[in-house]
Amino acid sequence: MTCDTSYDVIVIGGGPAGLAAALSARAEGNVRVLLIERNDSLGGILPQCIHNGFGAVIFGNDLPGPEYAYRYQEQVEAADIDVMLDTMVMDLTPERDLYAMNATHGYLHYRPRSIILAMGCRERTRAQIRLPGSRCSGVYTAGTVQRLVNIEGYMPGRRFLILGSGDIGMIMARRLTIEGAEVVGVLELLPFLTGLRRNFVQCLQDYNIPLHLSTTVSNIIGGQRLEAVETVKVDEELQPIPGSTERIECDSLLLSVGLIPENELSLKAGVHLDPRTGGPLVDSTMATDVPGIYAAGNVTSIYDLVDYVSKAGEVAGRHAARYALEHGTGNGNNATAGRDASKAGAMVAIRPGENVGTVIPQRVRIDTSGNEEVTLMLRPNALIERKVTVELWDGDRPIMSFRENYSRPAEMMVHTLRAKQMQALAEAHEHELTVVIQ
Amino acid sequence: MSFCEQFPVGEQTSDAAGADRDERGSENSEQSIICLRCPRGCEISTTLDGYGGIVEIFGNVCKLGREYVEAEITNPLRILPTSVRVRSGERPLVPVWTPKPIPKGRLMDLARATRSIELEAPVAIGQVVIENWEGLGVDLVTSGAVRRA
Amino acid sequence: MQSRDFDVVVMGAGIVGSMIARALSRYAIRVALVDRANDVGTGASCANSAILHSGHDPSPGSLKAEMNRRGNELWHDLVHELEVGHRWTGAMIIALGDEQLPGLKKLLARGTENQIPGLEIISRAEVLKREPLLTPDVSGALWTPTAGVIDPFGGTVAAAENAVTNGVSLFLNAEIHDALVSDGTLIAVQTTAGEFRARWFINALGVHADDFMHLAGDRPDFAITARRGEYFIFDPNRVQVQNVLFPMPTDKGKGILVSTTAHGNTFVGPNAEEVADKEDTTATRDGMAEILEGGRRLIPSLESRDIIAGFSGVRATGNANRDFVIEISATVGGLLNVAGIESPGYVSAPAIAERVEGLLRNAGLEMVAKNEWNPRRPARPAFKELNHEQRSDLIRRNPNYGRIVCRCENVTEGEIVDAIHSPVPARDYDAIKRRCWLGTGRCQGSFDYPRVMEILSRELDIPMTAVTKKGPGSEFLARTTKG
Repeated sequence: MTCDTSYDVIVIGGGPAGLAAALSARAEGNVRVLLIERNDSLGGILPQCIHNGFGAVIFGNDLPGPEYAYRYQEQVEAADIDVMLDTMVMDLTPERDLYAMNATHGYLHYRPRSIILAMGCRERTRAQIRLPGSRCSGVYTAGTVQRLVNIEGYMPGRRFLILGSGDIGMIMARRLTIEGAEVVGVLELLPFLTGLRRNFVQCLQDYNIPLHLSTTVSNIIGGQRLEAVETVKVDEELQPIPGSTERIECDSLLLSVGLIPENELSLKAGVHLDPRTGGPLVDSTMATDVPGIYAAGNVTSIYDLVDYVSKAGEVAGRHAARYALEHGTGNGNNATAGRDASKAGAMVAIRPGENVGTVIPQRVRIDTSGNEEVTLMLRPNALIERKVTVELWDGDRPIMSFRENYSRPAEMMVHTLRAKQMQALAEAHEHELTVVIQ
Repeated sequence: MSFCEQFPVGEQTSDAAGADRDERGSENSEQSIICLRCPRGCEISTTLDGYGGIVEIFGNVCKLGREYVEAEITNPLRILPTSVRVRSGERPLVPVWTPKPIPKGRLMDLARATRSIELEAPVAIGQVVIENWEGLGVDLVTSGAVRRA
Repeated sequence: MQSRDFDVVVMGAGIVGSMIARALSRYAIRVALVDRANDVGTGASCANSAILHSGHDPSPGSLKAEMNRRGNELWHDLVHELEVGHRWTGAMIIALGDEQLPGLKKLLARGTENQIPGLEIISRAEVLKREPLLTPDVSGALWTPTAGVIDPFGGTVAAAENAVTNGVSLFLNAEIHDALVSDGTLIAVQTTAGEFRARWFINALGVHADDFMHLAGDRPDFAITARRGEYFIFDPNRVQVQNVLFPMPTDKGKGILVSTTAHGNTFVGPNAEEVADKEDTTATRDGMAEILEGGRRLIPSLESRDIIAGFSGVRATGNANRDFVIEISATVGGLLNVAGIESPGYVSAPAIAERVEGLLRNAGLEMVAKNEWNPRRPARPAFKELNHEQRSDLIRRNPNYGRIVCRCENVTEGEIVDAIHSPVPARDYDAIKRRCWLGTGRCQGSFDYPRVMEILSRELDIPMTAVTKKGPGSEFLARTTKG
């Protein structure tokens, strides 16, 4: 097996992060880019997300998922980017040895100058939330059903119950109703909605699908196929309330209980993960702690809107290409190198404090040139239904603050650090700042 | 407890305001509406006069928000995303949607109407599947492409 | 109803039935192996601790002690003949606190009486060196070097495949509903797949062995209690123990253990709950809490968020002094009962088969060895276990191996197609899962369901809506989206 060293940048994953990353990497100059996708088409999860709700930030338009993906796909096809579909990356080393395979070319070995991890995420499953009961047929994750109904063209049942008020669950509740199935309700363990409110309105309320908060599944009943689900109310400590059990007849149970970044390859490459996000620790250039390996999108942390995934991909692509150019190209042409992002200034870490679940990026490269804007993505972990202040603390001193109308775990807070804010970061005393929501 | 009891969405937010409207028709009332025109999902506070007219709105970031609220009060409109069958394609279905919203009450009617449609591959993105459905000025358009098998 | 004639019908295709069928396949006799499920090994054989116990634990002089010791010996060759995934890890019985130390000596004495080789009491420091994640409360351990771990379904399917390749007829979806006894002799059983006539019927029906005895009019006093055991498997990226770790045994059994598996995962379990319904393999909230707590007594760092899968199985505990029953019926002719095969049943299975073979021979069944008998069952390629060069070669020979279906466990389309067309064909999702380990990783099948359904539909030439999770009645799909 010979090692192909001709690529400057290899992007792993052809979803929204990978597509944007490949395009921006290619746009940096004479950069050879390879995009590797496991599926038989580009777009990641978007082709099965046939609902609208994508593109407001990037395209200023409300688009269905397939159309959002199509716009990027067209650009990639026009941009002299090599694409390998139906190809699985099997192994990745800290030295950027990448092993991939497909049925046409067999086993392949590459060593590009930089790599972008854009593997996305996977759904949490029944085992992870330890649902008790029978292991019959009829229990699916919402994303699997979305694929079956929208891509494969099959309905996996007739009468559905949905566990989890995440967006995919609510969107599937509407989707299944539109296709003539009965959706008997959506259960949510927590006392509040975990997905976006707009989806509650347009997916549940509009179709008269009841939502039951503080309720979960206590038993799954059925021999070969699901026959019924037992539900139970929970108290403030999320413990079942005795006597509140109800039996709901249904032949399918959909789980929409969260997403987890997909980082098996990151770990193989020696990339360190943030235990809070479950994804690589990244700086504001989307560089991981392994030189030449970048990461973007849901692989780093679960995003709420695809537009910001694309934006993160753009950042990763740009900097991965610059890294590749600085470290010599296989084409012998290094003319566009020189804009040296990796040497620019010091780093400041940003640690989630009170009411903040996660922060992406976890470190900001100080660049006061005004050329680099940094988008800080915060995921609150507290539901606060009033105006809140987001503050960045340098030791015991707040150095900047932003106002938000509310704090909801379902929605990320987006703040762009421009030259002025960068200056404030540059003047911080501590190497680690704390961000809080108050 | 249902969600509706806990967070009134698109309903009156204050009992007092509701009582005002019931008993003294000319009093103002407040309504909180989540804008569905884009994924941002602004929560728009609207003050209505006793006859359903808008006195004041705030919380929207763009003019689409005002349009949305106006429609929501008089004639709620929604976008329908679904799919239709494809014959001889690489995939059995192509996604479709109504780029312009249709009256909320007609969503399931249109959904049912799409069930019997079958397109012949190849299908391009942006292809009009139904033009001006039932004279409502709304087209059903593909949002994806399917190559011929 | 179709009627078929055999010399021996083995009822129940778990590890015991499959091993018996394989042992009998050596001789020029007509043997049938029948099971009610859509696959072999779907009962206790695929949901147990997967440990090849050394045999230190059973009461000296019992049939269990003899079968365990001999079974462990036989498995040392069988894992090679049948090419089953395994690791001879040895096992440690962990004493906690000074008060449990004397117990280790008693266990050592019992194991020595059972003629188990290599037993040794090791110090606290040595135990912690071998298993650093253990609780600091550990005070010492009994080391049993001959114990190991095995892929439990892999062993069952390998034995059944080897039996089929050597001429045994396998009948699945054959649920027994009647036994025909004539003049005190069992002459036929009636099943949902037709009638089977034979000179000998081997009852290896696991938790239902007593039900069959009663159906045939044998031993009305004998009863089997189903004891459910629940287990959790942990994400190998998060937790890894290197050993098989038992707590000190109690009257109730070997206790909740923490162990590595043949595939290098870590699991914890089982608890032991008597269940009225012998089919009740549901997981319960209380049971889940119990086993996690039990596991933490040995490995305190076990975290519930690192759990990637759970399963449970029922063990068949007989009421005859809790010992194994392996005997020709005293009251019903033509019936040989193998019952009450709870732990250490899996490791004992080859020894049980050897004993059954002897009992039949002594009872006058003519058993002439076949020249063409082949004891070897070659394993099919497991892509995940291969190195880069071997993978490359495999894809060159068959491009199906270049398509990954299960991305957590790196299972390829080639392996799935192989499993569907193997001597004991995998005809549903769970059957493929048990053979290839697909869907057993972090995503638990979310990604592979649609692909596996397509492959099953194509290879078995059935519509997508007829593809099942585990046989008729467990179809995945109700209709087409626009249907």
